Amino acid sequence: MTAEPDAETPVPDTTTPVLELADVALRYRGGADNVVEDVSLTVGAGHSLALVGESGAGKTTLLRLLLGLARPTSGQVRFDGAELSLRDREQMRRFRRSVQCVFQDPYSSLDPRRRVGATVAEPLRSLGIDSRATARPKVAEALERVGLPADAADRYPHEFSGGQRQRIAIARATVCTPRILLADEPVSALDVTTRVKVVDLLAELKQEQGLTLVMVSHDLSVVASLCERTAVLERGRVVEQGDTAQVLGRPAHSYTRRLIDSVPRLPV
Amino acid sequence: MTLLDVRGLTVRTTDGRTLVDDLSFSLARGERLGLIGESGSGKSLTTLAVLGLLPDGMTATGGIELAGTQIVGAPEKRLTAVRGRDAAVVFQEPLTALDPLMRVGRQIAEPLRRRTGLKGAELARAVAFALEQVRLPDPERIARAFPHEISGGQRQRVALAMALACDPKLLIADEPTTALDVSVQAEMLELIDTLVREREMAVLFVSHDLAVVAKVTDRALVLKDGRAVEKGEVRSLVGAPREDYTKALVASARRLESALDLRSTR
Repeated sequence: MTAEPDAETPVPDTTTPVLELADVALRYRGGADNVVEDVSLTVGAGHSLALVGESGAGKTTLLRLLLGLARPTSGQVRFDGAELSLRDREQMRRFRRSVQCVFQDPYSSLDPRRRVGATVAEPLRSLGIDSRATARPKVAEALERVGLPADAADRYPHEFSGGQRQRIAIARATVCTPRILLADEPVSALDVTTRVKVVDLLAELKQEQGLTLVMVSHDLSVVASLCERTAVLERGRVVEQGDTAQVLGRPAHSYTRRLIDSVPRLPV
Repeated sequence: MTLLDVRGLTVRTTDGRTLVDDLSFSLARGERLGLIGESGSGKSLTTLAVLGLLPDGMTATGGIELAGTQIVGAPEKRLTAVRGRDAAVVFQEPLTALDPLMRVGRQIAEPLRRRTGLKGAELARAVAFALEQVRLPDPERIARAFPHEISGGQRQRVALAMALACDPKLLIADEPTTALDVSVQAEMLELIDTLVREREMAVLFVSHDLAVVAKVTDRALVLKDGRAVEKGEVRSLVGAPREDYTKALVASARRLESALDLRSTR
């Protein structure tokens, strides 16, 4: 096994996809049917993929598979070309260092009793990268990057608005300079004006750090602003995938068309 | 004829913070008004105040006259008579509006029975009719189901059926489609529009989403930090906003929406 690339300077590998689902199916124990079925997706380094669909389509299930939080009933989840194996400690260490996530609800995803600084430093500490003292400048930098004031580290989550909390969650997820960010409806809980700002922030991180982004969203305009590729899910199956411009601009599947037509538009 | 007249409504917490500040608007019978604002703008508190449902620790001052009844300071008994008959509400989260331990049919039967005095088979028929009105398929089955056994969109239709059960003059809808999927949202907005038109009901429609408000109402009031920022036709608010805050709101919505357009014209 070759030495792992330094997390500080990710080496973009353009040949093998960083994350891949190959013919994946998942059935919950005791369940009669597969929750997701026949799903094959690839995410190239530095690229972005959106998983869209309605509730129950299996978007979050796919994200859980990609995070290694659930194991497929059949098929493979591959990371850097190798099958993700929860038993392979060396691989899992590399995986945990490379992949971070942001969740939908910034109110429930932050520990209310911990100062923001400690929450943001958590990945650095648990991945064994830094001690409390050496983490401090990185935390300050991460908070600054997401546009939060320097004193944010010493305050508690309840002192922040929803948009600011989502920024804290993004700072926590990006502090250890991961290669891949998985985001589950990262802006759905936010107001429109805040939503635009967080979308801009994610676009900036993608641009500047070459971050690979996999995002689950039901908001097609957010998907169109952020992701190069889109996969449309309906009842656990991918009905259409490809370049976002193609999928959302000239949808081939009737379900995709229905989703696009349902988006309420501003009066002209 | 004025159905709802809100004059100088102010909502304060016991520790002295002002959450709604000197808000005034009125609604004629059959008229529709949107309340637009972001979180913390006081739009939901305003609707709760109209029904006399403000949570403990908050007090309203000013005047709210609903179909001739003064709501502010009214005793609970008078408010109970007003709710359901003069105004009914549909909230964002149908799961919290419905009792998880009671079959859907019974939850609709309760206001119907009180209002009409129907019993037995006649009451069951009225319940099925109420469910049919909101275009729920197989109303008998839905009536027997518990809230968790039906989908989110179906639950919100049940909540709407409950709100409409007593033929209110005013429907208050507080983010009624925010928790729903887009295609379900589109159907729900269409349904609200149709039912309200058929019954010539007035609507107070609360949302953070300009495009959603535009689907149901013609006029809207933009709120920020408990104050009215701008009021007018939805079209002109969107097309030619006058105030900075409205401009920012419209610009944000347009930017997200344009991401969809640019791609599709290519």
